[in-house]
Amino acid sequence: MIRLIDIYKTYDNGTKALKGINLRIDDGEFAFLVGPSGSGKSTIIKLLTAEVAPTEGRLMVNGYNLNTIRPRQVPYLRRTLGVIFQDFRLIEKKTVTENLTFAMRVVGASSREIRKRIPYVLELVGLSKKKDMCPNQLSGGEQQRVAIARALVNNPSMIIADEPTGNLDPQRSLEIMMLLERINELGTTMLVVTHEKELVNRFSKRVVAIESGRIISDETGGYYNNETTF
Amino acid sequence: MRQRFNFSYFVSEGFHSIFTHGLMSFAAVCMIVACLLIMGSFSLVAVNVGNMLGELERDNEFLAYVDETIPEEEEAALQKTLEAVPNVASVEFISKETAKENYVEQYANGEDAELFLNLPDEVFRDRYSIKVRDIEQFSATVSAVESVPGIVNIQAIPEIAQGFVVISNVASGVAIILVVMLVVMSLFIIANTIKLGTFTRRDEIAIMKMCGATNSFVRWPFVVEGMILGLVGAVVAFLLQWGVYSLIGQAIETSDTIQLITIIPFQTLALKVFGIFCGTGLVVGVGGSMVAIGKFLQV
Repeated sequence: MIRLIDIYKTYDNGTKALKGINLRIDDGEFAFLVGPSGSGKSTIIKLLTAEVAPTEGRLMVNGYNLNTIRPRQVPYLRRTLGVIFQDFRLIEKKTVTENLTFAMRVVGASSREIRKRIPYVLELVGLSKKKDMCPNQLSGGEQQRVAIARALVNNPSMIIADEPTGNLDPQRSLEIMMLLERINELGTTMLVVTHEKELVNRFSKRVVAIESGRIISDETGGYYNNETTF
Repeated sequence: MRQRFNFSYFVSEGFHSIFTHGLMSFAAVCMIVACLLIMGSFSLVAVNVGNMLGELERDNEFLAYVDETIPEEEEAALQKTLEAVPNVASVEFISKETAKENYVEQYANGEDAELFLNLPDEVFRDRYSIKVRDIEQFSATVSAVESVPGIVNIQAIPEIAQGFVVISNVASGVAIILVVMLVVMSLFIIANTIKLGTFTRRDEIAIMKMCGATNSFVRWPFVVEGMILGLVGAVVAFLLQWGVYSLIGQAIETSDTIQLITIIPFQTLALKVFGIFCGTGLVVGVGGSMVAIGKFLQV
């Protein structure tokens, strides 16, 4: 569960990125976070992953109080989150399986756990037949599936996807979004940051709109249709 | 999931990284070898200079003349009294007869030989040849011996001893400064070399951090990598040092003009040199890795 209460964030250069954000995302929810560039979406992701600390306000993520979290606890917070990026961020020299193994190794998984978990996740994202390929041998959609598999492999309670379809064509974008929806149905909380209006409107999910560091709308089953803003 | 200390994983990652970034690894090893060779060469020169000075120090002695008017039993007890003087290493009695023989042997050559033929023993005094332990205390020891009852005169050249002390101190000082400078420079160069390698892997580190890796988990493979590079560099530097030292040693031994210089055999120093090289290689390799990885952990 995510809880942001009166969150303000001002960077060292004086930029006021967030101005009093209140947001709650419950376990098992699927929410889109939408807004123009510079609206504060990335800052919210950085706050949730403890890359930056809020200037003011209270912040809870998956049971961790990020106002009082100690640096050595941050890795354990991050293990409850799976993060997906627009540019995939896969290790080019490693195969699909090795990318996933790497993600499990870094949290101390045993070889037995790895052997058991990876085939299941690859099956889930539909990449079982490409497990021995390197990222540069895969299409953009497939690479993003690998990134999703990597985010999933440590069984996080929440996935944060930062523009996951930004580099994909409409058909691949739809497939990725459907995959995220399916993962959500299996119980993982999903927060998707996106610009893609048509894609958001195709799914009847909660839509949180942010502009100039403030939430301007928050509707369940909402639409991303504010032409003047976005 | 509990984080376990997976040493075999860290070692395999360390080796993997070395071969994956072969050129950077080669550069790092070359830097370690170069720095250790320079440091080792200066240190070995300092050790040899110190050894030669030590030999000269050991040969540096002074003479204490015995009062010929004191009774025989007092003269017999003098040796023990002199041996008890602080900083005295050895005391050797030279009778006036022996002193005369030595003198004649030294000076009665050629045409002047007749002049020394009928010298009476009484012209000479019984004496003690005294060697000191610490040459820096030479003057104080001479004064102490001079004040011993029964000693009437001293023949010593404290300036020579003082010269040895100055040369020895300067040589040690220069060696220490050079070694410290070279270690710091090595650390800096290795840190930067490994930092370049780390920079190419910053995305990998960011992914590890985002997946929930602890700082120590991220750091260990780099530390192992630094250890391996440091040790490989140390072994290569040791072998090269051995070769260079032996070649120079042979050249000095076979030279007609610099025979005064004595070189300590490398075998005598090998274990110590190997230990110091490995220790320095490890410190530089691991230290360099730690410095290099530091800023990439702040994600």
